[in-house]
Amino acid sequence: MRNTVYRSSAIALAAAMLAAGPALAEKTLTIGMTAADIPRTSGQPDQGFEGNRFTGIPMYDALTHWDLSSETKPSGIVPGLATSWAVNPDDTTKWTFTLREGVTFHDGAPFTAEAVVWNVQKVLDENAPHFAPDQVGATKSRMPTLASARAIDDLTVELTTTQPDSFLPLNMTMLFMASPTHWQSLYDAVDASITDPKERAAAAWTAFAFDPSGTGPFEGDLFVPRERFEMVKNENYWDPARTPTIDRVVLVPLPDANARTAALLSGQVDWIEAPAPDAIPRIQAEGNVIYSNPQPHVWPWQLSFHEGSPWLDKRVRHAANLCVNREELQVLLGGYMGIPKGSVEPGHPWWGNPSFDIRYDPDTARALMAEAGFSAENPIKVKVQTSASGSGQMQPVTMNEYVQQSLADCFFDVELDVLEWNTVFTNWRKGAADESARGANAINVSFATMDPFFAMVRFVSTQTFPPVSNNWGLFGNAEFDALIADARTSFADADRDAALARLHTRIVEEAPFVWIAHDVGPRAMSAKVGNVTQPKNWFIDIAPMTVEE
Amino acid sequence: MLSFILRRVFYTVPIMLGVSLVCFALVHISPGDPLVSILPPDASVELQEQMMAIYGFDRSYPEQFLRWLGLALQGDLGNSIATGRPVASEVFNAVGNTLILAVTATIIGFTLGGLFGFVAGYFRDSWIDKLATAISVIGVSVPHYWLGMVMVIIFSVELRWLPATGAGPGGSSQWVWDWEHMQYLILPAVTMSVIPMGIVARTVRALVADILQQEFVSGLRAKGLLDRGVLAHVIKNAAPTALAVMGLQLGYLLGGSILIETVFSWPGTGFLLGQAIFQRDLPLLQGTILVLAMFFVVLNLLVDVAQTSLDPRLQRG
Repeated sequence: MRNTVYRSSAIALAAAMLAAGPALAEKTLTIGMTAADIPRTSGQPDQGFEGNRFTGIPMYDALTHWDLSSETKPSGIVPGLATSWAVNPDDTTKWTFTLREGVTFHDGAPFTAEAVVWNVQKVLDENAPHFAPDQVGATKSRMPTLASARAIDDLTVELTTTQPDSFLPLNMTMLFMASPTHWQSLYDAVDASITDPKERAAAAWTAFAFDPSGTGPFEGDLFVPRERFEMVKNENYWDPARTPTIDRVVLVPLPDANARTAALLSGQVDWIEAPAPDAIPRIQAEGNVIYSNPQPHVWPWQLSFHEGSPWLDKRVRHAANLCVNREELQVLLGGYMGIPKGSVEPGHPWWGNPSFDIRYDPDTARALMAEAGFSAENPIKVKVQTSASGSGQMQPVTMNEYVQQSLADCFFDVELDVLEWNTVFTNWRKGAADESARGANAINVSFATMDPFFAMVRFVSTQTFPPVSNNWGLFGNAEFDALIADARTSFADADRDAALARLHTRIVEEAPFVWIAHDVGPRAMSAKVGNVTQPKNWFIDIAPMTVEE
Repeated sequence: MLSFILRRVFYTVPIMLGVSLVCFALVHISPGDPLVSILPPDASVELQEQMMAIYGFDRSYPEQFLRWLGLALQGDLGNSIATGRPVASEVFNAVGNTLILAVTATIIGFTLGGLFGFVAGYFRDSWIDKLATAISVIGVSVPHYWLGMVMVIIFSVELRWLPATGAGPGGSSQWVWDWEHMQYLILPAVTMSVIPMGIVARTVRALVADILQQEFVSGLRAKGLLDRGVLAHVIKNAAPTALAVMGLQLGYLLGGSILIETVFSWPGTGFLLGQAIFQRDLPLLQGTILVLAMFFVVLNLLVDVAQTSLDPRLQRG
């Protein structure tokens, strides 16, 4: 009898060990982000595009997705939760999106057209019970013309825009679908002592952040505010190509570059964003891999066209663009910089064919400056407002000091006005004519060029003069407004891209910027992380990646 | 004694009111947009105004202050703009984490500082004094940030003995006092203890050396008191000043260290304050500064009471 008990116990123990085996072998990917906090997890992440990269795309889907599968091609959009979309030819403010069948949220509720309407309302309809004011900021300006949504049937939804806008399908990559059913259950569970509907809704969203539900390849599992967020794989994900093999992804905010580097080198994390540049050789020597690729990002000087600005003369603008030795700057940055030819690069569908070639040609630059009346004895004075640090700003002081020296060879006397990042960012909305410019006639704020509005329209339209948007330099005229209108109303993809190419061509030729650098978004990963594709995009797809034991 | 304590408690009321007013004013006069963490750079005027109204920033400053103060008195410090979470819970979680770090650093710093200072003062001008003084000068002079990074390079990157960042394998919410968690505490606590150790050592050394020169010590020795007895008198005389210095140092430590907590990603008040500043998260910034300021006020009160109980002459003031 005793032997039987021992034998049974031994078998039970062996079975338990076997059962525990897979748990012990859990494949975990730990990521050290540059963000100082966990980006919002309730559907519309903050912390810029790093938020979308780590708590948006992995947990949620949008109607349209960025194609993140190629390292060589510019990313276009592909079907996401919508399988197809079309503008109404009779009323081009209305779009019909056909939804993917059989998709469920992490809580098991089905994804339907009503869910799309609910998610549009969460950021656009102040009277909706689930309106989330703190998600508006990160969303509304990314889809500036979206007005409302209407369910036609379970799998068809109609979106309405305030004006004809061919950019809508691109914009819809930024509206992530959260589960209305799950939110409602959390709303119902809010303490009965809270009676104000807005406070109840806010409490429900806070609870949702701790227990999120989307349709993405990963599901939220553990949230320790400001410290870590853990996601586990969604084995029922609708896209087999993106169904994860990694069991768990852990996000850790590590805002300090040296701390991130130390965390990778000590084996605490498997992947860090933006490693300290001078540590890259050491990181590689330890067997880690550096991934980088030019991002849709521009690090420019945005020039003022306000009365009295030294940049009103196109020869001066062209001279500045020809006088920056970008190859040398690239060396200064350890090679981790892309050399720009415009706001988008040759080969991009919006590139066009500008007659002005952005390059390093100091002789031509000096000739242009002489023609404009400047010389070594009579340099032109320019003042640039920049920041000491900041998201996407790369190494602003070092880089600006380099450009300052470079331009001195072409008769530019550059004064740098270095301010704290949030102050510069706030000033960017106020424009060159505002007193916040402090006499500056150029501003150095980097920007993303993912969609046409962010890449081009907001900088060259008379409709986007401050304080409406970021046309800080007050650049714009009827020609550019017409080019923008043409792009917005060209609904076939090829026509829209052709119109945007014409717009980009004229932007490069008129040079309202000095284009200085593209970020290449370096990230370092342990060699055990496999199947990594670093696209020409701000985002990267974690779902297909692998982790070796 | 009771009336002294009551009087001091009464004095703290206008101090706390002043502190709340100053911390409200400071965060509002600093440049930048309070909604920068949630508004995109190209937010329209309409959207900016809508958000200002939703968060109450469209009201006058006195109105905003009175509303904030009224809620703060009820323990409600509002919600963080950046995260939407209640500020009070954010601050108190951070205070708990900083307490773990600060108390550990305090034990290390005060013990070593007191020991080095006492030995240096007692054996003044000997090689022991010079060694202890050198250690304390290094402690005061070495930048925290640099020391933290050097320790990480040595003990985490090169030797891989201790983790480089974080507050435990599952985060601070799962903190327990076992080796698995305490190994995360060692590097930040030692780094944090170095400055108070140096300051306490220098203070105690000066006090002990000074007291040993005083006539009453000669008197005690003349009466035939043994060294042990003399030491007890020296300690008692040095204690009030040393205590005041330690109280201030403890206050600084409880305030957290933005640099140390950032280097080690330790989720304490300094880390929180740094995030609130960089995100322009005004409710979080106000709430954190208020709670930290209150720490100083309460600590000063406790130190005053402790000093008075050790030296009754102070009651006369």
